[in-house]
Amino acid sequence: MKCFTNWPVVPKEPPIDMKLLFVFIRKEFYHVFRDRRTLLILFGLPIVQIILFGYALSSEVKNIGIAIQDNAHDIHTAQITEKIQSSSYFKLQPAVSNYADIEQQFKNGSIKCALVFPVNFGADLLRTGGAQIQLIADASDPNTATTLTNYLQSIINSYQQQLNPNAKISYEIIPETRQLYNEEQNGSLNFVPGVIALIFMIVSTALTSVAVVREKELGTMEILLVSPLKPVMVLIAKAIPYLVLSLINFVVILVLSVFLLKVEIKGSVALLFAESILFIITCLALGLLISNVTASQQTAMLISMMGMMLPTLILTGFMFPLENMPVLFQLISHVIPSRYYYIIIKNVMLKGLGFGYVWKETLVLAFMTVSLLAIALRKFKTRLA
Amino acid sequence: MQKTMENKAIICRELTKEFGDFKAVDRISFEVNQGEIFGFLGANGAGKTTAMRILCGLSYPSSGEATVAGFDVYKQQEQIKKNIGYMSQKFSLYDNLTTLENIEFYGGVYGLSRPEIKERSAQLVHTLGLEKEVKKLVGDLPLGWKQKLAFSVAIFHRPKIVFLDEPTGGVDPITRRQFWDMIYEAAASGITVFVTTHYMDEAEYCHRISVMVDGRVEAIDSPANLKARFHTDSMDEVFYQLARGAKRTAD
Repeated sequence: MKCFTNWPVVPKEPPIDMKLLFVFIRKEFYHVFRDRRTLLILFGLPIVQIILFGYALSSEVKNIGIAIQDNAHDIHTAQITEKIQSSSYFKLQPAVSNYADIEQQFKNGSIKCALVFPVNFGADLLRTGGAQIQLIADASDPNTATTLTNYLQSIINSYQQQLNPNAKISYEIIPETRQLYNEEQNGSLNFVPGVIALIFMIVSTALTSVAVVREKELGTMEILLVSPLKPVMVLIAKAIPYLVLSLINFVVILVLSVFLLKVEIKGSVALLFAESILFIITCLALGLLISNVTASQQTAMLISMMGMMLPTLILTGFMFPLENMPVLFQLISHVIPSRYYYIIIKNVMLKGLGFGYVWKETLVLAFMTVSLLAIALRKFKTRLA
Repeated sequence: MQKTMENKAIICRELTKEFGDFKAVDRISFEVNQGEIFGFLGANGAGKTTAMRILCGLSYPSSGEATVAGFDVYKQQEQIKKNIGYMSQKFSLYDNLTTLENIEFYGGVYGLSRPEIKERSAQLVHTLGLEKEVKKLVGDLPLGWKQKLAFSVAIFHRPKIVFLDEPTGGVDPITRRQFWDMIYEAAASGITVFVTTHYMDEAEYCHRISVMVDGRVEAIDSPANLKARFHTDSMDEVFYQLARGAKRTAD
């Protein structure tokens, strides 16, 4: 190799001093690992969320209390009752003899639906070819009530077909339904991407903003500003630990989802990681921005929770369908970064789609990230001047 | 005390900072000698903090000139920052870092090498008698220790000037006395000390003091000369006579 000895040696400082950055990042990790509260939020929360959404907050209908008032006591009512009993959806409560008992059970919550056979059920069925049956459901939760009556109706229909095996309908339409992307109707699939977005919002946005504001409260930020450290350095050093921790969290959630909730990752894991890093940076930028406009840890936490987590919970479409919301809320949802991340993750993870199908959302997210970072940095600098 | 031009740690000439129509700092001029303990007094809202922020390289003046450690406050903020230390009334240490980790962190921020940090921190721990506390979290130390540690950390990188912003708030008189011993030692080793305080007994410890009223420096002299000028034997009285004409209310 040739040596250029006659070049003047210009001692130029690099914009980011790696050694200094390392010193700073090590300090941030000390903060995280010594603060029980932070640790709990960081690693307890994802696990709790996954288990909570996976098991407790299941929207599937199972073991619902049902009461049957059988006024006929014939072979047909006995067979229908047995069919209901053998279904995993229902849990048969002791038989009741009058309507007052049914109402009492609805009130104390032991049943969510009831079935009443009239006195001449079997006789009517055979003699007139038509019998009536009454279905009563607790519609204080309308979705469950609808599901329950549908189940009961299909049980009754199947018994009806059993009664006339030879009955031939001249023109029969048999719909063949398929539940795409989730044939087994695994309820976990829908919320896992939502929970991931939520966790990033909490870890990256809330914890970062709190970490910066804490330095303001302690007065250490003042010292850092008086020191020769560059403002960019302070921001980068604050952001990197939370980026790393968020990625660890991402892995934990993926592992839990795959092994505990049996969610299958259909798309490219590399693409998932890349998109997640982008979204984490969005969250970090938001966190830094929040920390610039607040002076106390409580305020920072409150803004992160109310301003970031609630919209993520409600306006991304993972808990409530966006299509059913008033137009105003639908419009608002367009400026919420987690909405785009949710769509991306859902498409890649659950549908197995490639980058070609999510580039638009990625572009929007990237644009948001760059703008947020620019604003955060600008605000940070103006505060210095 | 030497008073040659080369030995001026801080020089201000007609330094002014305006926020709109409001003159937070109004054409102040003063000089601080190297190795001097300079008391920067004034009621709340008199403009002390604003002036200090300019001198620390945190904000630009509106007009006037100033140099700190020989560096210009307009163009050489980075150089200024490298050559000063700063300690605030909050003592500003990380509670969940140990004594040693705090020292190492601040040493690192000022770009000291690892061997330098190691050598100086061992020396510092020995001087402060903190051998048993090096592995303890700073949050568990008594306030007096924190204050001494904060000051030691502020001069750890051997700055030319150290700025102390009300460094003795909330500390008992004995600890305060011990703290001033440390300040004297620092000054004796050649570090210029620029200190703001509300305690008039502390003002007496300074070589020279300035009193700011409504953004202007109303008086600047040694405590003895000031007392003679106002025909009183207490600094309290001097401060009261100067500050009572203030039109601004505290912020």
